[in-house]
Amino acid sequence: MATADSLWGVLLAFDTASPQVTVALLDDAGSVVAERRSEDLMKHAEQLAPLIAGVLADAGAEQFDVTALAVGVGPGPFTGLRVGLATARTLAMVREIPVYGVCSLDALAVEAVGTGAVTGPFLVATDARRKEVYWASYDETGRRTSEPAVDRPADVASELPVVGEGARLYPEQFPNAVEPLRPSAGWLGHAVVSELAELLDPDPLYLRRPDAVAPGKPKAVS
Amino acid sequence: MDQPLVLGIESSCDETGVGLVRGHTLLADAVASSMEQHAPFGGVVPEIASRAHLEAIVPMIESACEKASVRLSDVDAIAVTAGPGLAGALMVGVGAAKALALGLGKPVYGVNHLAGHVAVDQLEHGALPEPCLALLVSGGHSNLLQVNDISGDIVSLGNTIDDAAGEAYDKVARLLDLPYPGGPPIDREAASGSVTIDFPRGLTSRKDLERHRFDFSFSGLKTAVARWVEARHRAGEPVPVADVCASFQEAVVDVLTRKAIDAALTHGIHDLVISGGVAANSRLRALAEERAAAAGVRLRVPKRNLCTDNGAMIAALGSEVVARGRPASALDFPADSSQPVGTVVV
Ligand SMILES: [Zn+2]
Repeated sequence: MATADSLWGVLLAFDTASPQVTVALLDDAGSVVAERRSEDLMKHAEQLAPLIAGVLADAGAEQFDVTALAVGVGPGPFTGLRVGLATARTLAMVREIPVYGVCSLDALAVEAVGTGAVTGPFLVATDARRKEVYWASYDETGRRTSEPAVDRPADVASELPVVGEGARLYPEQFPNAVEPLRPSAGWLGHAVVSELAELLDPDPLYLRRPDAVAPGKPKAVS
Repeated sequence: MDQPLVLGIESSCDETGVGLVRGHTLLADAVASSMEQHAPFGGVVPEIASRAHLEAIVPMIESACEKASVRLSDVDAIAVTAGPGLAGALMVGVGAAKALALGLGKPVYGVNHLAGHVAVDQLEHGALPEPCLALLVSGGHSNLLQVNDISGDIVSLGNTIDDAAGEAYDKVARLLDLPYPGGPPIDREAASGSVTIDFPRGLTSRKDLERHRFDFSFSGLKTAVARWVEARHRAGEPVPVADVCASFQEAVVDVLTRKAIDAALTHGIHDLVISGGVAANSRLRALAEERAAAAGVRLRVPKRNLCTDNGAMIAALGSEVVARGRPASALDFPADSSQPVGTVVV
């Protein structure tokens, strides 16, 4: 834990890549000292900042004495994801502290391994809407063995244990559903402090291009 | 004692703006635009705009501080556009503003974009006369507002019932093969053309004036231009682009200025502010000056770069809201894509 001390100090972690906002504060020993999760689904822009303030208050932090940030970079619904990243990047700038990005699927994987919910290779799959899932494969230690991708469930159907909401949404393609369903900031922070996940820049993993079609010639009106 | 230093953030459409204002003094205005990325699509693509906001927001905050030679820790309050605008775009600015508030321990004000377009005039022409009338024209809005108190009492007198004025410019430009956005090229073409075609003036018939006296409609005008151009094509005749532009532009600015002056006279208001991207239009400025002078109405039009969307306008409004002692917003305020103009601070 000595290295964790010097490397991270007080770590504020959050994730907005699922319908729920999750925020946690980890002390310099790497333990979660406060954690909150939004009650309302979506509404990331409303809820993230008050949840951060709440977690700091829970931890008895008089002011913003956080020394590093960890943020889920998705993949996940774009609008909420951007709220988390805009918040993380801005906080990092104003407090002059480092910000570490973590693939939100990795946070689910680290939790599933950490709680013993999985013991061998597994997948993480979350809801990508439009009848698709965001997914990646993992080994038994929770290390990711494929790039995060977005696909139709039928194209990535698996008998392996599947962590995340994707399995609950598509039981035919993923019959072996395993908890947790959504990322938790505590585990996301743990993944950073314990170096269980690859550290990324705080850049969004969109995995899809924007919906935009170039117009043809204007339609005739007469 | 110094007036408070207010940082304003704007991200409601395709410009990421950060401004710094103290009182009525503009210290810095940093704006990044994603307009070029939208050009192939003939209009703003919300997801492209939102992605660009996320990439630009921190650099624009840093750039504004650098230009003004202030440190973020000097900022006394943060103002941000809470609406109206594109939901996903607004949320980037709102997220950044709340993060600034948290990180600095300073209050945040979620403010109205339309009120910002009016307040920005204070940076150029000093304290706003109240009441005043505001005509806001851009790609996103066509509003007539009665401003009794810029920090909290604004009444909508009229609005477009279909396309915004700037949208009509974009659509007409497209059917004349002129580039996007349509305002500047149509204004340029019109300068060398003559008003030879009598295009319709939306919502000006006697019947319309009963229910929609101060409202606008530009959809019928756009269709009329399209019909006229198609008829030329069918007849195998060339399209006199300059004349079509001049005639179209005249129809737009005639209605805008006529209704604005009518509203001022009807409500006994002696000051008219014109703002928004279309306020940069040369014919609109000229005709508004002429008609305002004839009606005894004082006209205020901020310079071009203040008229378009920017952070300075939000900082200007924030500065006024702080100066008048309005309470700050709660940290859980939403981004409201259809925020009513009566809600100046959420
Ligand atoms: Zn605007």
